[in-house]
Amino acid sequence: MSAEGISKFDLVIAGVGGQGTILASDIIGKAAVKENMSVRAAETHGMAQRGGSVVNHIRLGCELGSMIPMKGADVLLALEPSEALRYLEFLSDEGTIIVNTDPILPVTVTSGQCTYPDVDAIISKMEETHKVKAFNATELAKEAGHPQSMNVVMVGAVSSYLPVSVDTLVDCAKELVPRKTIDINVKAFEMGRSVTQG
Amino acid sequence: MSTREYMLGNVAIARGIVEGGGQVISGYPGTPSSEIIGTLAAMLERDFYVEWSVNEKVALEVAAGAAMAGVRSVVTMKHVGLNVAADPLLTLAYTGVKGSMVIIVADDPSCHSSQNEQDTRRYSQFSLIPCFDPSTPQEAKDMIPYAFEFSNKVQMPVIFRPTTRISHGKSDIQLGPVEETRPAAEFVKELERWVMVPKNARIQHPRLLESQKIMQDELENSPWNCLELEDGAKVGVIASGIASVYAKEAIIKQGINASFLKIGTYPIPDKKIRTLMENTEKLIIFEEMEPVVEEQVRIIAQQTGSTVDIVGKTPGPVPRIYELNTDICADVLAEVLELERPDVPAEVAEDFDYDRCRIDLPMRPPVMCPGCSHRASFHVMKKVYGKDAIFPSDIGCYTLGIQSGTVDTTLCMGGSITVASGMYQAGEKKPICCSIGDSTFFHTGMNGLLNAIYNKADITVTIVDNRITAMTGHQPNPGMGKLATGEPTIEVSLEELCKSMGAGFVESVDPYDLEKTEEVFKRAKEYKGTSVVITRQYCVIDAKRSGIRRKPLTIDAEKCVGCKLCVNLGCPAIEFDTTTKKASINTMCTGCGVCAALCKFDAITEVKK
Repeated sequence: MSAEGISKFDLVIAGVGGQGTILASDIIGKAAVKENMSVRAAETHGMAQRGGSVVNHIRLGCELGSMIPMKGADVLLALEPSEALRYLEFLSDEGTIIVNTDPILPVTVTSGQCTYPDVDAIISKMEETHKVKAFNATELAKEAGHPQSMNVVMVGAVSSYLPVSVDTLVDCAKELVPRKTIDINVKAFEMGRSVTQG
Repeated sequence: MSTREYMLGNVAIARGIVEGGGQVISGYPGTPSSEIIGTLAAMLERDFYVEWSVNEKVALEVAAGAAMAGVRSVVTMKHVGLNVAADPLLTLAYTGVKGSMVIIVADDPSCHSSQNEQDTRRYSQFSLIPCFDPSTPQEAKDMIPYAFEFSNKVQMPVIFRPTTRISHGKSDIQLGPVEETRPAAEFVKELERWVMVPKNARIQHPRLLESQKIMQDELENSPWNCLELEDGAKVGVIASGIASVYAKEAIIKQGINASFLKIGTYPIPDKKIRTLMENTEKLIIFEEMEPVVEEQVRIIAQQTGSTVDIVGKTPGPVPRIYELNTDICADVLAEVLELERPDVPAEVAEDFDYDRCRIDLPMRPPVMCPGCSHRASFHVMKKVYGKDAIFPSDIGCYTLGIQSGTVDTTLCMGGSITVASGMYQAGEKKPICCSIGDSTFFHTGMNGLLNAIYNKADITVTIVDNRITAMTGHQPNPGMGKLATGEPTIEVSLEELCKSMGAGFVESVDPYDLEKTEEVFKRAKEYKGTSVVITRQYCVIDAKRSGIRRKPLTIDAEKCVGCKLCVNLGCPAIEFDTTTKKASINTMCTGCGVCAALCKFDAITEVKK
């Protein structure tokens, strides 16, 4: 867990290159800065981005390094189920996993070199050790108006845990998404948030 | 504008260049350095000159010329780029500069996006050019205006070395004021200083050596080196650059009473190290990659006859490879100080890989995009030259062709044509067909082609021309008719360039047209001598951004026989159902049509609305 004198809240965001993990982390980081917190974040750019596995670290109320230690994160926000499992070791024993259950098959699977594990098996494996909020965020994003707003659905879902006000998060989401998609994304945020409220 | 903003490390560095009053900025793209120039070139209002140069040597020389003329210049590149620019670098140390010059070299420990993890601080020692090593994005921004001032004061270029976690880290950044003065360019002729003939070099080398002590003293008391002596602490921790924030967190986590020296400049702060040495019994040194600080500390200990116990990596528990992190630092502290180890042993952090997961996870390597034309080029290359042929390749998105079986070597930028030539000259009898991207060809590939043609290498050179420098984030290059700022310029023709170097076979083709591409490659293979095939098709990401839309495709399950011909292309848009034994196309399809052209059963057609 985030510790006194080091960080107020440590979040790991995992996903696949192209899913919008950077935008998700930007909304949260920008909102925290607006609320006068120090923020440190680490992102995956460059080669690994091309459809590869990506992970962002974001630390709110932290003035040290951006890398969250093993078993240090308060929440693991996974935009793809197998990626949740891949980065599980960053999550604290008391931490929560918020996971989109919609899988993206890597080329190693579509071309038959590997198999993709059963999504239910992934979720129940994680439930053995952690609190898990699993839902199909891609479906919610489609309902909100566009499947690409899935990352904002996930930001909405994690908003219930962040030490940042919902209004600031929504404001930052509005500032950072393409202008034409503001309404869709606000709806996506609210749909995601309702999953973790209550 | 608010004075505190959330920004990417490289954007903060760009802001530092603006605050410091940078006037000429050049560079060649390379992860993790590319966004610095990207940010500056995208600014709508600018009072500086900014360019993407064709390679790092060229870029460094452009910035050197500007600084010789008396202005403030910056050159940016990734670590391996400095190898390309090493020739001017080493002699620029002799000439020094008149204005200011900051050489930004972004290191990539752990090779997130690189072919090696060399440590630029070694170049600082080698060239005797001072180096700045930031520990946070904020410090990176703040160091730049200081570096300009320092460079001007000592009349020397300086190296500024962020690492991936600085360049691609994000942080709240406190903005500073913008320097208003702009020294005017005025080159003053001074042969002894600017013309490095042997006579003058023999004058400048001792001057360079003498200046080291002056620079060290000046940097010793800069804000980037900070010594905190703790009462009664028998342990001292020295950490440099980004390692200092990891070490600090580990010290807090472990609850250790330790004196702490943070190092941010080289030559290292000699006096602070001596003071720390006198006040401690044990010194633990954390730095990423090479033991640069450690070696200096060991020298000081020997010179002063200090008996302090020095713990680092030569030998010692601190790793010399990959990035450090808080876990590794905490583990080293625990081991050395015989404390209770932290909850998670460092080897988990160090060796974290797919195998550790509790369910077998499918590997998810980076791949070429759905519809990427390189996939089509590689498919035809392999078909024509045969899978036993040798396919030397280069550095760019097409390196991902490793999965297509058409990347047999990747050495360095521009190292495809030359490696291919060497194999041919060695007497290798198998067909040799190398691949290189458009930007990489302009970078250093063209020298290799000239050499291959001149020395009669019987090889095929495929220039996979996707009309952009794609892998590093879509920077323009000389083949596009566009400057860094988007302004139009001359479009250099690859065909004319290759012909003018003497290539007797130069053909260009659209790789989406498999039939035509195959025909061209067949003729290239038969040609005696160096043949050049240019496969030209826009990068799919760039095409999408510029509004090019193709109709996505679908597979008629009735017609699909499950032959996997399309699946074997390795396109992320094509899936194979192992139960129904049929292929299908997902929503990622960009409609390139390559799979449809390949299908022998006419099962792949455009999606009907």
